[in-house]
Amino acid sequence: MEPFKTFTGLVAPIDRSNVDTDAIIPKQYLKSIYRTGFGPNLFDDWRYLDPGEPGDDHSKRRLNPDFVLNQPRYQGAGILLARKNFGCGSSREHAVWALTDYGFRAAIAPSFADIFYSNSFKNGFLPVQLPEQVVDTLFQQVHANEGYRLTVDLENQQVITQAGDSHAFEIDAGLKDRLLRGLDDIGVTLTEAADAIRRYEAKRTQQAPWLFPDRQA
Amino acid sequence: MAGKTLYDKIWDAHVVEDYGDDTALIYIDRQLIHEVTSPQAFEGLKLAGRQPWRLAANLAVPDHNVPTRNRENIEDPVSRLQLQTLDQNCTDFGITKIEMLDRRQGIVHVIGPEQGACLPGMTIVCGDSHTSTNGALGALAFGIGTSEVEHALATQTLILRKAKNMRVTVRGHVGTGITAKDIMLAIIGKIGTAGATGYTMEFAGEAIQDLSMEGRMTVCNMSIEAGGRAGLVAVDDRTIDYVKGRPMAPSGELWDQAAAAWRELVSDADAVFDKEVVLDAEDIQPQVTWGTSPEMVVPVGACVPDPADEADTSKREGMQHALKYMALEAGTPITDIKLDKIFIGSCTNARIEDLRAAAAVVRGNRIAVNIKEAMVVPGSGLVKWQAEKEGLDKIFQDAGFQWRDPGCSMCLGMNPDRLSPGERCASTSNRNFEGRQGAGGRTHLVSPAMAAAAAIAGHFVDVRKFVEENTEAAAL
Ligand code: SF4
Repeated sequence: MEPFKTFTGLVAPIDRSNVDTDAIIPKQYLKSIYRTGFGPNLFDDWRYLDPGEPGDDHSKRRLNPDFVLNQPRYQGAGILLARKNFGCGSSREHAVWALTDYGFRAAIAPSFADIFYSNSFKNGFLPVQLPEQVVDTLFQQVHANEGYRLTVDLENQQVITQAGDSHAFEIDAGLKDRLLRGLDDIGVTLTEAADAIRRYEAKRTQQAPWLFPDRQA
Repeated sequence: MAGKTLYDKIWDAHVVEDYGDDTALIYIDRQLIHEVTSPQAFEGLKLAGRQPWRLAANLAVPDHNVPTRNRENIEDPVSRLQLQTLDQNCTDFGITKIEMLDRRQGIVHVIGPEQGACLPGMTIVCGDSHTSTNGALGALAFGIGTSEVEHALATQTLILRKAKNMRVTVRGHVGTGITAKDIMLAIIGKIGTAGATGYTMEFAGEAIQDLSMEGRMTVCNMSIEAGGRAGLVAVDDRTIDYVKGRPMAPSGELWDQAAAAWRELVSDADAVFDKEVVLDAEDIQPQVTWGTSPEMVVPVGACVPDPADEADTSKREGMQHALKYMALEAGTPITDIKLDKIFIGSCTNARIEDLRAAAAVVRGNRIAVNIKEAMVVPGSGLVKWQAEKEGLDKIFQDAGFQWRDPGCSMCLGMNPDRLSPGERCASTSNRNFEGRQGAGGRTHLVSPAMAAAAAIAGHFVDVRKFVEENTEAAAL
């Protein structure tokens, strides 16, 4: 996984709360068996005027000129600014894959849905939680200033504006460390915990043998 | 020291390594797998040359893409490839799989409890948010993303952060005609779709104890719609009776041992919850959602709310947006809303009791002329078989309903069943998001009995009055 340290990028605002993962990547694209290629269908229902299906040539579809990501000033955006409970609904990790495939590296919102939040960290995508008033201010600034960029500094847990204002954010130390180092969770667990898992299984097979029909003599 | 909640007990029993800071490596007893969220996980294993840690902990079944008729011939090549990929991966790795044409096939969250693959006290995961359904068994069950599916396959563990404890108590008893679905929609209406974010919800109180296991599954199913990642109901006699004799449940001596241990799966009397929510059961009316989020819900006797009455700007805008999408005017009585389609199915409400409840309303009636399509999609092949044994299929078909094969069907429209743009549907599923049942489709979430009554009337009706009037008519 690509480590995340500091990222500076153009900010695109999605000004609604409870943006669900069905909206981020509609279900028809979940039929893919790959991890990549979801970018053209990020926010598909909002982004295009005509319906799309997997396999379509999405560059030929009619864009909705009113949708934020279609406006010239937000081309090349790397940070998504959102409202509360972003990423709610289905557990589909495809939502994060679509965001990263499109080119986003981070999202800033007052809150994120639980599963979306943990999925993000597995993909080098940083969900930054800031207080609602701060997010309000950022929305005002991004609307008012074309080319509005922010820097997300994970090491120091700060979101920094071009004017030099900074907003501190909280993050779980373990998640931060994994993201900073770009670690492969499975590799780490297998290297560091394989013995502990075996010990647990041995003990648990004694305590709750009905859970281990495969280990019964 | 305060006692432990049920969640604390299950969590503590599964800690492999404590990382401090409320984070731990947690052992996973059961992983359920379906075709949509697993291909990339298996691909990851293959690329890294890894094997599943414990094959017997996994059980796979196809459900989301499976057509509900003519499934021998899947027309959509993309769906077909995804289903074949699940087959191939299970064969390659040696994972037990229920085949699409097997009578036991069904929605993953329906077959887990049905087969006894999910047991009280287990940790259960699946790459699907409605895994929470299994919490009805007194198991810690929650949805995960594909990277975690791969992690669970490869290590039989997950790195998790412990959630906080919330207890939702539904005091007293519900009135006639009020179902588990109404209870849960009322809870979501009260606390909102982010109300339980960061919490595991335990459902308690007389009204929850009164529910059958299937009703409890309906409640736990929609924990995620309240923001909770998992929902739980304490184990009681009903739980143990339900599990007994299921194909994958323990038997003989192991059964006695297990059943004795499961009796401990209740929150201690002195356990402290971080948040308590209380509802009075007798206040709960049949619920209907009017908007594009499950929290946009009102009793059937109410009117579509007016955004002008909402003080919070962002909420007001959300309501305006939803009304526009749903093509509804503020102030319209819910019972004036006419429907195009009726969907009785999904992991929320497609078990046998749901079908019985709907059939009881439908019996001897015909669907209204304005209903273009009404379908019943059993949650599993075994539910379908049971319903047919009881003649429910006849009741539905005589009334003009279609009787389909099991799967996710129109709950999310990944298969051929879906709404066309602008169509309005009374649905027993769990999500009314924009486009959820098909691009431009408009979804109203209701209980099976309410959906059945709406099918007959052609618009929403209070199922309690509907049943009364129909029985009177029949008596004349
Ligand atoms: S029935 Fe609907 S909610 Fe349930 S698993 Fe299938 S798609 Fe998901």
